[in-house]
Amino acid sequence: MKFTLSWLKRHLDTTAGVDAIAERLTMLGLEVESLDDPAARLGGFITGQVMEAGPHPNADRLQLCKVSIGRETLQVVCGAPNARAGLKVVVALPGVVVPATGEALKKGNVRGVESQAMMCSWRELLLGEDHSGIIELPSNTPAGEPLTKVLSFDPVIDVAITPNRADCLGVRGIARDLAAAGLGKLKPLSVEPVKSSFTSPIGVSLDFPAEAPGACSLFAGRTIRGVRNGESPGWLKDWLTAVGLRPISALVDITNYFTIDLDRPLHVFDAAKLKGDVRARLARDGETLAALNGKSYDLDGSMTVIADDAGPQALGGVIGGEATSVSAGTTDVFLEAALFDPMRTAATGRRLAIESDARYRFERGIDPAFVVSGMELATRMIIELCGGEASQPVIVGKAPAESAPITFRPHRVEQLGGVSVPEEAMVAALEALGCKLSKVGTSYAVVPPSWRADVTGEHDLVEEVIRIHGYDHIPTVSMPRPSVVRPVLTAAQRQANWVRRGLAARGLVETVTWSFLPSSLAGLFGGGKAELTLANPISSDLDSMRPSVLANLVAAAGRNADRGFRDISLFELGPEFNGDQPGDQRLVAAGIRAGRAAARHWAEQARPVDAFDAKADAAGAVAAAGGPAEGLQVVAEAPAWYHPGRSGSLKLGPKTVIASFGEIHPRVLAALDIKGPVVGFEVFLEAVPLPKVRPTKAKSLLKVSPFHAIERDFAFVVDRSVSAEAVLRAAKGADKALISDVLLFDLYEGPHVGEDKKSLAIQVTLQPVEKTLTDAEIEAIAAKVVDAVGKATGGELRG
Amino acid sequence: MGKLEEIRKSVEPLVAQSLDAVTSAATLEELDRVRVATLGKKGSLSALMSQLGSVSPEERKEAGAALNAAKQAVSDAIDARKTALEVKALDERLARETIDVTLPVRPESTGRIHPISQTIDEVVAIFGQMGFGVAEGPDIEDDFHNFTALNFPPEHPARLMHDTFFLPEKADGSRHLLRTHTSPVQVRTMLKQTPPIRVIIPGRTYRCDSDMTHTPMFHQLEGLVIDKTTNMGHLKGCLSEFVKTYFEVDDVPVRFRPSFFPFTEPSAEVDIGCSRAGGELKIGAGADWLEILGCGMVHPNVLRNCGIDPDEYQGFAFGMGIERIAMLKYGIPDLRTFFDSDLRWLRHYGFVPLDVPTLSGGLAR
Repeated sequence: MKFTLSWLKRHLDTTAGVDAIAERLTMLGLEVESLDDPAARLGGFITGQVMEAGPHPNADRLQLCKVSIGRETLQVVCGAPNARAGLKVVVALPGVVVPATGEALKKGNVRGVESQAMMCSWRELLLGEDHSGIIELPSNTPAGEPLTKVLSFDPVIDVAITPNRADCLGVRGIARDLAAAGLGKLKPLSVEPVKSSFTSPIGVSLDFPAEAPGACSLFAGRTIRGVRNGESPGWLKDWLTAVGLRPISALVDITNYFTIDLDRPLHVFDAAKLKGDVRARLARDGETLAALNGKSYDLDGSMTVIADDAGPQALGGVIGGEATSVSAGTTDVFLEAALFDPMRTAATGRRLAIESDARYRFERGIDPAFVVSGMELATRMIIELCGGEASQPVIVGKAPAESAPITFRPHRVEQLGGVSVPEEAMVAALEALGCKLSKVGTSYAVVPPSWRADVTGEHDLVEEVIRIHGYDHIPTVSMPRPSVVRPVLTAAQRQANWVRRGLAARGLVETVTWSFLPSSLAGLFGGGKAELTLANPISSDLDSMRPSVLANLVAAAGRNADRGFRDISLFELGPEFNGDQPGDQRLVAAGIRAGRAAARHWAEQARPVDAFDAKADAAGAVAAAGGPAEGLQVVAEAPAWYHPGRSGSLKLGPKTVIASFGEIHPRVLAALDIKGPVVGFEVFLEAVPLPKVRPTKAKSLLKVSPFHAIERDFAFVVDRSVSAEAVLRAAKGADKALISDVLLFDLYEGPHVGEDKKSLAIQVTLQPVEKTLTDAEIEAIAAKVVDAVGKATGGELRG
Repeated sequence: MGKLEEIRKSVEPLVAQSLDAVTSAATLEELDRVRVATLGKKGSLSALMSQLGSVSPEERKEAGAALNAAKQAVSDAIDARKTALEVKALDERLARETIDVTLPVRPESTGRIHPISQTIDEVVAIFGQMGFGVAEGPDIEDDFHNFTALNFPPEHPARLMHDTFFLPEKADGSRHLLRTHTSPVQVRTMLKQTPPIRVIIPGRTYRCDSDMTHTPMFHQLEGLVIDKTTNMGHLKGCLSEFVKTYFEVDDVPVRFRPSFFPFTEPSAEVDIGCSRAGGELKIGAGADWLEILGCGMVHPNVLRNCGIDPDEYQGFAFGMGIERIAMLKYGIPDLRTFFDSDLRWLRHYGFVPLDVPTLSGGLAR
């Protein structure tokens, strides 16, 4: 919402400067987005008079001028064709910053002749587009005066209006807020009906079906005949130009002026072009309107039109029609001031993609009590600027009733706002905003003004009081703190943090990727269901809710590889989606490693990442989560996006999968055009049991044995299909009391053990607890190990 | 000549000779041979010792003492020589054993924490100390929790401020959506929990918008306080303290100015002071203001929609963009890069895992 300072002052009697006004507007919630004050940038410019203008000795197109700036006369080289003796001009002396270039002027030497100043064009001062010559000031301008004293500049203020403040889409509404805040007085607005001498030859009716009663609840019109639609006066053209509107003709400019000045959109029809009476009604399917913006629109039964006998001539509250528009030759006009339904206006504007000042205001809500008055004021202005005489008004429908009074308890201001405001100040603020107050006991019955549809309850009044009083006056109070600080995170939140930092500590880099991905990719990861495909995706690349976090990470690996980074390790903690109900999601820690496990090194052989890197990450994440170290089963099953032979899962019990890991399926990599190897893992955090809540934080007592542990190595030959896990479990179970650890340190497959066989070498640690073991006892346990492994796996000691 | 005399006579040259041999032993092996030749079972001094039996008992003590002294002298010399030879051998070995210490170490990789996670941890640390818990909720929401309960009237233009992503329409005409803010979690919290309530809500949010300064997904952090006495003064105190703690700038000016949100009333936007002198944004006292969050007293309609009596309970809510405050604090120039997974960016702007933000140890290095 743009307006100029002088425009504001038409409604506000104030001595405040523009900076103070801007500051207060922002602190009233009318945020100043920009303040353009030409005077602020033109402080250094002065007026001058060209005393002589003669040819430049060395250039045909330049003139050498003597310019008086009062106290002295300067030599100025000038290229402007209109520079001539006697002309009053704008002069910039060296050091002055020229707005158009943003640079300070330097004393110049133009083709061998010194130039001691510059004479400026409108464009150089950013005061207009004209650059055909230098500015010609009025001939009575004294030389040597500051330019800001000679020309008056009207600062332009642009304010962001929040959706609740429809009333501030008019300059008067803004003036009212400032006046309420003590920055001046709101000037009275006198609404005297215009003398009317005849009955309008054009009648009006409202013609709406029962299901659209409020589409146009009130329509006030009148004919004004004998007008002359010339140019608007300068002040009006200046103001409209300053706020970005192009002056067109007096009649059109007046309607634009009312839109911005009083937030009262109007329409004028050329009465001669209307056929019969006008009706506000719903459009009929198939009707069209050639609108004032030069475009033609197909209408439908949801839209309100103003129609005559020939059909729709305007879209109510949105835009007028070309056929009945006013022109220079217009002599009789029909003026329309109406109330259109905000929702219907918004829907029409959206459907037809028409942005107009009228639509913007109608969809936010227009003062319903200012329809007839607005029309009277507009009639007066039309007659003033264009002449003519007005018919009696034609008014159909009626404005909605005044809203019911709101009970306002003054103590609520301090209770909610934390600020003490004297009751008189509250009353004054609300009255200044247009509320009518009557005291009822210790409370007030407050009727909000018709233009404040946003004020519906006591809290709205509390807000108004505090807003006008000023948020700055609310004392800043510390929150009362809990006397004992306890952890605020839930066990699950802490677990997620451990996993995040645990994975990063393992060398993985955390990333955050979209919750959505292309359907094609979703399909490769078990997703792509219709119910999880966005109805309005930002692009087809981001149209499906991700079924797996891994999908985006694999794609990210590809993007990094394209940038030349093949060896990467990434992880993400975030949701994956399996249904369209709120809560159909689970928290997953997923990660990938691609390329080499580590950079090339002089002492280490670089090796490609493999499934065991992913398994280590998965187990590491589970461990970081405080999950069970024991009792986890490793099974050779994993979802379809893993290599079927090189992937597995960690399970807790037969049903609960807490992690999957492995090589990413070559088909997935091929679809994404990624070179392998890429391995990945997914840990389903909600499936990892939370650490038990214990009454104290005491750790269990450490028991250390005073006796040396003994290590014995065994190599077993087993069938290739036997899992290492089976051998380890059997060995460990051979003597639960004494075997503290079993470690697999060698795997051999090859001719020495025969086809379909492999050799697994393990180190078994015996930890005596009561006494040192004798050789015989050690041998006995070793025999138990061989026996147990043999029974469980068919393995035999390697000869 | 008595036996004693005989022993005495032979011991002296033997000792001298042995000491010579010790001194001239050049290696540990040679020295050991000297030890065997003198003190060994069949060594020269041992042979003399064995003659002690033939010395008369009255002289035996003297002869023994002399022999022991001789043996001790040789033994000490051997030990000393051994130490010297060992030192020399070690010196020689060490002189050979050199490495090029400038060779690079074995590769180790440290991971990183994404700035979004780190920032959330920082904010949680600050509000946690004020007694705020952390609440979470679903990304897919229904109209009630995302809009209706939050006092967005149907078709109100305020709804258009949010560019909502929708899931396909269901048979009954309803359609779920991706939450446009974390406020539905406020609703869920109020429906589930009786006041007093103090929670912050970090999470993913979605809006159908993508340009230089918008991404279709971003993170918000909201806060909610509901009790019987919390007023706008507390709101100002809470958020002013947050801003000063988070940005780690004590003198940063904080300004609350009226604004509008459907779910709060009175509403405010919070600006912090900054300077843009020389094209560089610096947070703290300066000529400019920078908007960083929105807040207000929870609207009575919202309380009512969540089953809380607005005549008994009141409180405030606030919300901010995680990426925005991370960008401001850490000088990250472009929002879109947060979601690129560009390893160079992640390594540069990410945080090492051991930098866990705490109030006692500092939020950031």
